[in-house]
Amino acid sequence: MAVADTVLPTVSPRRMAFNRFVSHKAAVVSVFILATLVLFVALSPFTARYGVNEAVQAPPNYFLSPRANAWLGTDDIGRDLYSRLIYGVRVSLIIGLFSAMISVAIGCLVGSVAGFRGGRFDDVVMRVTDLFLAFPFLVTLLVMRNMLGAITWLTPVIGELSSVRFIIVLFAIFGWMGVARIVRGQVLALKEREFIEAARAVGASRWYIVRRHLLPNSIGPIMVALTFSVVSAIIGESTLAFFGYGPQAGAGATSLGILVGQAKGAVNTGFWWLALFPCLTLVTIALTINFIGDALRDATDPRMQKDA
Amino acid sequence: MTTPVLQIRDLKVTFTTPLGPLVAVRGIDLDVHPGEMTAVVGESGSGKSVTFLAAMGLLPRTATVEGSVMLDGHQLVGASPKLLRSIRGRLLSMIFQDPLSALNPVHRIGAQISEMLRAHSSMSERAARIRAVELLEIVGIPQPGDRALQYPHEFSGGMRQRVVIAMAIANSPKVLIADEPTTALDVTVQAQILEVIQRVQAQFGTAVVLITHDLGVVARVCERVNVMYAGRVVERADIGTIFDEPTHPYTRGLLASLPQAGVDRLVPIAGFPPNMLNPPTGCAFRTRCEHAMDECSQRLPELEQLGSSMTACIRAKELVGR
Amino acid sequence: MTDSLLHVHGLVKEFHLKPARGAGWKKRIVQAVSGVSFDVARGETLGLVGESGSGKTTVGRCVLRLLEPTAGQVSFDGVDLATLSFDELREVRRRMQIVFQDPYASLDPKMTVGASIAEPLVVQGIGGDHQEKVVSLLELVGLSADHARRFPHEFSGGQRQRIGVARALALDPALIVLDEPVSALDVSIQAGVVNLFDDLQQRLGMSYIFIAHDLSVVRHIADRVAVMYLGKIMEIGPAEQVYEHPTHPYTKALLSAVPLPNPRVERGRSRIMLEGDVPSPVNPPSGCRFRTRCWKATELCSMQEPELQMRADGQSSACHHPEG
Repeated sequence: MAVADTVLPTVSPRRMAFNRFVSHKAAVVSVFILATLVLFVALSPFTARYGVNEAVQAPPNYFLSPRANAWLGTDDIGRDLYSRLIYGVRVSLIIGLFSAMISVAIGCLVGSVAGFRGGRFDDVVMRVTDLFLAFPFLVTLLVMRNMLGAITWLTPVIGELSSVRFIIVLFAIFGWMGVARIVRGQVLALKEREFIEAARAVGASRWYIVRRHLLPNSIGPIMVALTFSVVSAIIGESTLAFFGYGPQAGAGATSLGILVGQAKGAVNTGFWWLALFPCLTLVTIALTINFIGDALRDATDPRMQKDA
Repeated sequence: MTTPVLQIRDLKVTFTTPLGPLVAVRGIDLDVHPGEMTAVVGESGSGKSVTFLAAMGLLPRTATVEGSVMLDGHQLVGASPKLLRSIRGRLLSMIFQDPLSALNPVHRIGAQISEMLRAHSSMSERAARIRAVELLEIVGIPQPGDRALQYPHEFSGGMRQRVVIAMAIANSPKVLIADEPTTALDVTVQAQILEVIQRVQAQFGTAVVLITHDLGVVARVCERVNVMYAGRVVERADIGTIFDEPTHPYTRGLLASLPQAGVDRLVPIAGFPPNMLNPPTGCAFRTRCEHAMDECSQRLPELEQLGSSMTACIRAKELVGR
Repeated sequence: MTDSLLHVHGLVKEFHLKPARGAGWKKRIVQAVSGVSFDVARGETLGLVGESGSGKTTVGRCVLRLLEPTAGQVSFDGVDLATLSFDELREVRRRMQIVFQDPYASLDPKMTVGASIAEPLVVQGIGGDHQEKVVSLLELVGLSADHARRFPHEFSGGQRQRIGVARALALDPALIVLDEPVSALDVSIQAGVVNLFDDLQQRLGMSYIFIAHDLSVVRHIADRVAVMYLGKIMEIGPAEQVYEHPTHPYTKALLSAVPLPNPRVERGRSRIMLEGDVPSPVNPPSGCRFRTRCWKATELCSMQEPELQMRADGQSSACHHPEG
């Protein structure tokens, strides 16, 4: 009764997704650029030339244009922009990455449970999500910042008002809704598929189904949500810093946002390097992550995976 | 033998896919005679739907169509969009498995039929509306005057299919292509729809091409049968012959695999539907055929006369009577 | 009756619809199944046929408790399923399984075929060598061992369906609900899968509930058949008897409507044409549900709903004017 051989050679869904991803040239280039950036930043003890608050040389050292001992020029108190950029990007990437991971984790949990359970639970959760989303991002951010900061007993956990940790928490609190929506949508679509029913038919618990079937099949949208959360957090942090609410942890610590914020003044004064390089870096990071996110979305598109 | 109203010659359809070129139709000849109900039978990968979508010019841009499709003196392959638009709905109509896809959910039924009428004639709006109601009556919709004012979602599946048929025959086309028109319907409704198609055919003299995989339906209403496999026509015969004396191994296999009263064990056709990205060389059916020989892999068999059928099998003659 | 593997009595399943303008914004309830009773003996195949809205698929789901019945009793091997806790139900779930219609949606695309087949074992916490069991199951359904590490998208529809069957067999069930298992397959492939079901039943002795709208296939495989219409059983009895001598007008009309692949017979026979469409289950006709399309309907039919009555040996139908 043996049936003849299969139709296509063996290729796992993961491999297929990978192949689709690498067919997006822009994304592949972005991966390299981003990887290089991250490498630079990770090796900051070696790649940075000066300390974060270190002056390049004895005064006069302020507003020096790019030159041999200060590749990207110096700022108003003579600090090397290049080195500060490295430190700043590090802080911003950390903020971006951690807040994205936390908000995606929360979003996945909320979204998958809401989607799978449905009914009143789902309604309530979604209305809460809508509530959060209804407020204008920036205004709410600023208000929440002050409110949370004022809750003194939380400070040991979430950090000082101007610390990196606080900002991560802030973005996590505001980032999870979008992810929850996406995950919920995916779960709703998958819920009625027969392989889910099959799992129920053998007595699988709700939690098992979420863990083993729903989340793995939602990896695509989740990864996309992750990348976009990172970008949105980094840009968010820059926005905050631009208005002067950025992380001021410790004397001299800096972030990409702060550096971009300092560009504000530089535009008028003609010290173009102070504006150009930080902004260029921000744009590069945002673009590369966006391209990668786009490619991820295409790579994990369930439409392609369904048929033989 | 009357001249065919639709003549397909050496039709080839190739799709460009990410996995390479897919030749869905690999050279078919097919005639449709006026007033006749012709069946095109096939399964997955046979290319039966693609053939007629190509004739209608409804294939996406990723498809390349070669060959000739002559309808009432017009060449449809490579025809200008203008010509195709004027032909569709007027000389050549198509109805599909899912009636919903042909109906616009936000327009009333009557309006959709009148639109069809006015697109291809110089009827006034009033005349078109009256004719639309008449058409609804012809296809057996009760209270047609009232129902013409309703929207598609207010109709059941069977009723929608009737409406779609009304739209398709509104301009008395020479050929109506019905692509699995009853597959999605309940069996009692299927019987009604087949009866409507027969009635319409008799009244308008339309030639009907019935694309289906259901041999029972074919047995009930069709006069000529074309059996397709892997993008080719493998057998052609009239209704009596094809059931009594099928000549191609695929046709025989198909008939043998059907559950019939008194049959104790079904006889399946071994193997799978062909992978059209990489069909077997020579006769595509050879990988599933119990009579396959070495020679079968070497050339693509052509349709040849055998008794009153046409068969594309090099062993058909010797297998007669087995 | 006591020896039957599955005993269903008075099964009712209601669904809630969103309020709509046409119904005065009231909450609407649809009874997909309105009081269905039947038994399935050990090793027997019961065919469940009907058109859309008949409730046959819902019955299958209720039997397995994938849907909670609104009312009625479902007893498996003498045990009323309603009395069981989640864990106890899980125990029983080992013994009844399901094969779905859509071979493309019934397997998790991210899991290897082997993992999908082994899943029942994993969920039920059964120890031992899963690999071995998976291989034996694959071979049982006509596939080979190395198929285990491949993914669903690499297989054809017929093969996927076989994989679904292998998964259903993993726990050695005594009852398998086959929900339109061959409808989505090519005709030439259907025969192979139907034969597989036959062979497995002969070898392993399980019972089947074969839900389908294709009457020819059901006639071939079923021992007994139940014909459903709008949530009720119209006729039930031994398959050959019901097909040869139907006593319910609906059964007769249904059989008449099925096109047979034999032109002489097809064109020679007289046909019963039913008027109109299947009524909406939201508002079923009073009395006998079939009366709006029945050529024999009388006033009695609109006033009193007929009960299932025995007509011939083991065959019963619900009609006030049964066919002779």
